[in-house]
Amino acid sequence: MNARSNLRLLVLGVLVASLLGTLMARLFYLQVVSGAEYRSAAENNTVREIVNPAVRGLILDQAGRPLVSNRTSLVVTVDRAVLGRQPNDGADVVARLAKVLQVPATDITDRLKPCGTEGAKPPPVCWNGSTYQPVPVASDVSTDTALGIMEKRTEFPGITAQLQAVRTYPEPFGVNAAHILGYLGPVTEEQLTAQGDAQNFDRLRRTDVVGRSGLESEYDSYLRGQPAVTTLAVDTGGRVTGTLDEKAAKAGDYIVTSIDAKLQSVVEKQLVAAIQRAQAQGYPGDSGAAVVVEVDTGRILAMASYPTYDPSIWVGGVTKAQFKDLMKSNSLSSNAIQGLFAPGSTYKVISTAAAGKEGFSLYSKYPCPNQVKIGTQTFRNFESHAYGSIPLSRALEVSCNTVFYGIADRMWEKAGGTDATKDSPDPIAETAKQFGLGSKTGIDLPNESSGRVSSRLFKLANWEDLREQWCANAVAGYPETRKTNPKLADYYTALDKENCADGFRWREGDALNAAIGQGDTAVTPLQMAMVYAAVANGGTVYKPTIAKAIVGADGKVVKEFEPQVKAKVKVPRATIDFLHKALPGVTTSGSGETPFLGFPLGKIPVASKTGSAQVTGSKVSTSWFASYAPANKPKYAVVMMVTQGGTGSKTSGPSVRKIYEALFGVNGTTVNPSKSVLIGDAPMKDLPTIRPDGTPVAPKGRKSGVDSAGSSG
Amino acid sequence: MSTWHLTDLRSRPTAPRFDRGRTYWRDLDWIMLMAAFSLTIFGCLLVWSASKADMASPTDPYSYLKKHVINVLIALVLGFVASRLDYRWLRAYTPVIYGASCFFLLLPFVPGLGTRIAGAQAWVSLPGGFTLQPSEFAKIAVILMMAAILSEKRDIESEPRDKDVLLSLGLAIVPILIVLLQNDTGTVLVMGAVVISIIAVSGARTRWVVTLIGGAVLGILLAIQLGLLKQYQVARLTSFINPAADSGGSSYNAAQARIAIGGGGLTGYGLFNGPQTQGRFVPVNESDFIFTVVGEELGFIGSMLLILLLGVILWRAIVIAYRADDLYGRLVCTGVIAWFAFQLFENIGMTLGIMPITGIPLPLISSGGTSMMAVWIGIGLLQNVRLHAVRNSP
Repeated sequence: MNARSNLRLLVLGVLVASLLGTLMARLFYLQVVSGAEYRSAAENNTVREIVNPAVRGLILDQAGRPLVSNRTSLVVTVDRAVLGRQPNDGADVVARLAKVLQVPATDITDRLKPCGTEGAKPPPVCWNGSTYQPVPVASDVSTDTALGIMEKRTEFPGITAQLQAVRTYPEPFGVNAAHILGYLGPVTEEQLTAQGDAQNFDRLRRTDVVGRSGLESEYDSYLRGQPAVTTLAVDTGGRVTGTLDEKAAKAGDYIVTSIDAKLQSVVEKQLVAAIQRAQAQGYPGDSGAAVVVEVDTGRILAMASYPTYDPSIWVGGVTKAQFKDLMKSNSLSSNAIQGLFAPGSTYKVISTAAAGKEGFSLYSKYPCPNQVKIGTQTFRNFESHAYGSIPLSRALEVSCNTVFYGIADRMWEKAGGTDATKDSPDPIAETAKQFGLGSKTGIDLPNESSGRVSSRLFKLANWEDLREQWCANAVAGYPETRKTNPKLADYYTALDKENCADGFRWREGDALNAAIGQGDTAVTPLQMAMVYAAVANGGTVYKPTIAKAIVGADGKVVKEFEPQVKAKVKVPRATIDFLHKALPGVTTSGSGETPFLGFPLGKIPVASKTGSAQVTGSKVSTSWFASYAPANKPKYAVVMMVTQGGTGSKTSGPSVRKIYEALFGVNGTTVNPSKSVLIGDAPMKDLPTIRPDGTPVAPKGRKSGVDSAGSSG
Repeated sequence: MSTWHLTDLRSRPTAPRFDRGRTYWRDLDWIMLMAAFSLTIFGCLLVWSASKADMASPTDPYSYLKKHVINVLIALVLGFVASRLDYRWLRAYTPVIYGASCFFLLLPFVPGLGTRIAGAQAWVSLPGGFTLQPSEFAKIAVILMMAAILSEKRDIESEPRDKDVLLSLGLAIVPILIVLLQNDTGTVLVMGAVVISIIAVSGARTRWVVTLIGGAVLGILLAIQLGLLKQYQVARLTSFINPAADSGGSSYNAAQARIAIGGGGLTGYGLFNGPQTQGRFVPVNESDFIFTVVGEELGFIGSMLLILLLGVILWRAIVIAYRADDLYGRLVCTGVIAWFAFQLFENIGMTLGIMPITGIPLPLISSGGTSMMAVWIGIGLLQNVRLHAVRNSP
C-alpha cells in the first residue's frame, strides 16, 4: 500500500473526527447553551384528540335476538362555558330553549348543575360529566326543533343539536329485562381517577358514556369497543402543527346471553300475575322476583324483578320527573340479586340436608305436634296444624315446622346448648354456607347482595358490632320515648339490657327459628334458585352466569364462558337421593299440590317446596315457591317470590306452573316439546350466527319477532 | 510499505497459528467490541423507552423491545460469521454477493411483497410482522465489490488503473440507482460517501477523487434544480434551511426533534421520563429519530457518551484499516468506516437540525432488524481484517 493510500486514510480519519466534533459542538449549543429555551418549547406543546366513539356492541338473547341495540337520535346539548358568558348567566337562553323543547326551564337548569355543587339535585339529574363537556339536555327531538335551534345561532349560543348513536330496546316478545341489561350514563369522576394518568387511546374520556348497571356495566370494556382517535399536535396558539397518531375505531363486541327472550317474557308476565294474585287476596304484594336457571350449567335462562322500569328512559338522560318516579317506585335495584328476604320453609331442604349429614334417620317417623314450647316462648306450626307422627318426607310435603324444630333442638343440645363455644358445630348453618347462602353467588352482574345465614357465629359477630350501642341504650333508658310512652321505653331498656349482657348467646329459640329459614337468615331469590339447582343436579353449586359468550361485531368469537363449578356440597348421596324422592311429593300431595292440579306430573314430575316466610313488622308473609323439573331428570330450577304476598302455594305457585308449561310445551294435560318456548326444547348449544356486517341472524323456522308471546295468562 | 507513524501502536502478537480457537478470541479488537456491545444495550434501553408510549395498549407492552432483542441476537450471530469468513472465499464469492444483493434490491417493487414506509419503497414484508430492508445489505455488497476490484491485479505500490476505477464505479452505480428508485435518499447519500472514500483510499489518481466529490455536489444541486427529486424529498432536504415552509411534515419532525434534544439539557429528564418522547411528539423515535430519546432523557452527558462510543468504534476501525496487511482489507475497512461515519452523522445531524431529514437509522441503536444485522456484519468484517493482519504479521 502506497503513501497516497496512507495519507488519504489519514484524511478520512480527520474527516470522521471533524464530523463527530461538529455533532458534539452542535449538541453542546442545543442542550447546554440554549437548553432552557427548548425546555419551555416542550412545555408549550400540547396534544388534542379528536374522538369518535365506537358503535357499542349489542346484547343478544340465547337465540340471537337483540335485547339491546343502537339507533341514532337527535340530541340537544348545552355548552355551559358559552352559556356562562351570556348576560344573566344565560337564563334567557335557557328560557328560550325550554320553550322550544316544551319543558319547564328548571328541568334544564337542574340538568346543567354539576353534581355536588350548591343546589344540585342528586345524580342522575345533576350533571356528573366534565365541566368543559356539552351537557345533553334533550334527546330524540324532532328534526324541526333541531333545525329551529341550529338556524337561530344568535338566539341559542352554545346550544347544538346533533345526531348521536343511542341505545334502543327492541323488546322481543315484549321483554323488559331492565335489571339484567342495565343502562348507560356519563363516565364518573371516580372512574376517571381510577385509571390514573393512563394515556392509551382507548382509555375512558370525560365525554364517554359507560354502562352504569347490569350487563352494560359488567361487560362495559367489551361493549364499548375502541374509539377512533386522531391525535393532533397543537401549539400554544391552538394551531395544529401535525398529526401524531391516527387510530381507527373498533366496534364494540356483542354479548350473547343465556337469557331466552321468549321465556323471559313469560317469566316477567307470570311475576306480574303473581303480584296481582297477591293483591287480589288483599295483600300489598309490593315486590317480587323470579329466576329460571339451567341446573347443569348455572346459566340463567330468565330472571325478573318487580317493580321494574323502562330502560329506555335512560337514553339521553332521565328527566327529573322520571327519576322521581324511579326512586319512589323503588324499581332501580333488582330484587332477584339484591333483595334480601327470609327464605321461610324453602330453607327446609338445607335443614334436611344437614340432618342427613348429621346421621338423622331420613326414613324414620318424627312427631309433628301443633306447637313446641321452649321456656316462655311457643313455636307453632303453620295455621297450628298437627299431623301426629310422620315420616320426614311427609314433614317436607306438609311443611311441618315442629319436626324441624325437634331436629334442630337435638343438634343444638349436641353442640353444647347455651354453653357451646364458637367452635361448636352448627350443621344447618354450615350446610347453608356450602349451598352458597351468606355469600355472593358470583353472577356476572354488579352489586349483588351476599345475604346472611343465621348462626351461632353470626349472632356473636352481630353482638360484637352492636354491643356498645345496646349497653349505652340500656343505661340511657330511651329518654325520648319515655316522655310519651314510659312502658315502651321500659320494654326497650329491658331488651337492650339483656342484649348487652348476653346477646351473643345462641339460644334454643334461635336454633329452632334458623331451622325453618326464619330469624336472621336472609337470601336473594337467585341464591335460592342456585340452592335448588344444586339439589337437583346432585350437589354441585354452579356460579350463575348471564353471558354465554362475547362475539366480535364481525362474528368472530372473542370469548366463551364455560359453566363454572363453585363448590360441591358435602352432603351424603343418600340424603340428596332422599330429597329427590321427597320433593316431588310436595307437588303431588303436599303444600304445592293445589297450583299443580291438572298438570301432567306423570310426564313432567315437578319437585318443589313452598315457603311463607314471616317478616318482622308485617302481618303478611313472603310467598316463596322453589322448584325444579323434571324431578326424575332435572333440567331447570324455577324460583319465584312475592313480598307481603301470602302463601307460596296460593300466590307464587300458579305462576311457577305457567312457567313450566311454557318451558315444556304443556297444554292442558298434553306435553308437546315442540311447543316449548325454547327453540328445540332446550337452551341453544351453538352460539347465534352474526353476519360479518354485524347483523345477528334470527333463529330459523321460528318467529324471532317483536310480537307478543302467546303463553301468558 | 511505509510505516513512518503509528508504528509504536502496532502490536505484533506471536501466537502459534495452529491454535486458531484461542487466538481468535484473544486477537479480536476488544475495545471496539466493548463499545459496540455497550451501544447495542444502550439502544435496547432507548428503543424500550421510545416504544413504551406507543405500545401503551392492552397488548404486550414489550412487543417492540422483544422484537429488537431478537434482531440483536441474530445480528450478533451474523457478525460472528462475518469475522470468521476466509478472505479468499469472500473475494471469490463477491460477484455472487453483489448479484444477489442487486436482485434483492428489486424485491420491494414486487407487488404484495414490497412495503412502503414514509414514502420509501424500500422494505420487503416477511411473515410474523417482520420487514427486511435490502438496501442495508446492498451497502456491504458495494463495499466488498469495490474493494475486490480496486485491490486486484496490480503491484502493491502502483495506483489502481483507470479501467478498474471505471469498472467499480459502473458496478456501484447499479444498486445506487435502484435505491434511488426506492426513494431512499438517505441510503443513496451514504453509498455515495462509501464509493468516494474507497476510491480515495485505494490510491487512485487525485483527479478521480476531485471529480467524484465535485460530481456528487453538482448532482445534488442539479437534482433539486431539475425537479428530479420528488416534492417531499426536496421538502425533507430543505426544511432544515427554512423550517416554516412545511409545517405539517418534515419541519414538524425537525422542530419536535430539536425541542426534545434541546429540552434534555445537561442531564436530561431521566430514562422513560422525556415529555416529548413519552408524549409521542417525535415521530418514529424508536427508529430514525431515536437520538431524540437519548438527547431528551439522558441529556448532553448521555448524548456525548453515545457519540464517544461511536467514535471509539470508528477510531479502532481506522487503526485496523491502517494496520491491514493488504489493500483489500484496508478498502473493506474504509468502506465500513465511511458507511458508519456518514450514516451516524446524517442521522444525528438531522435530529440536531444541521442535516436534511432522510430515513436512515442510527447504527447499533435504532430499531430495525436489517440495519442492526448489516452493522454487525460490518463490525465482523472489521474484526476479520484485523485477525487476518495479526495472523500474517511476522
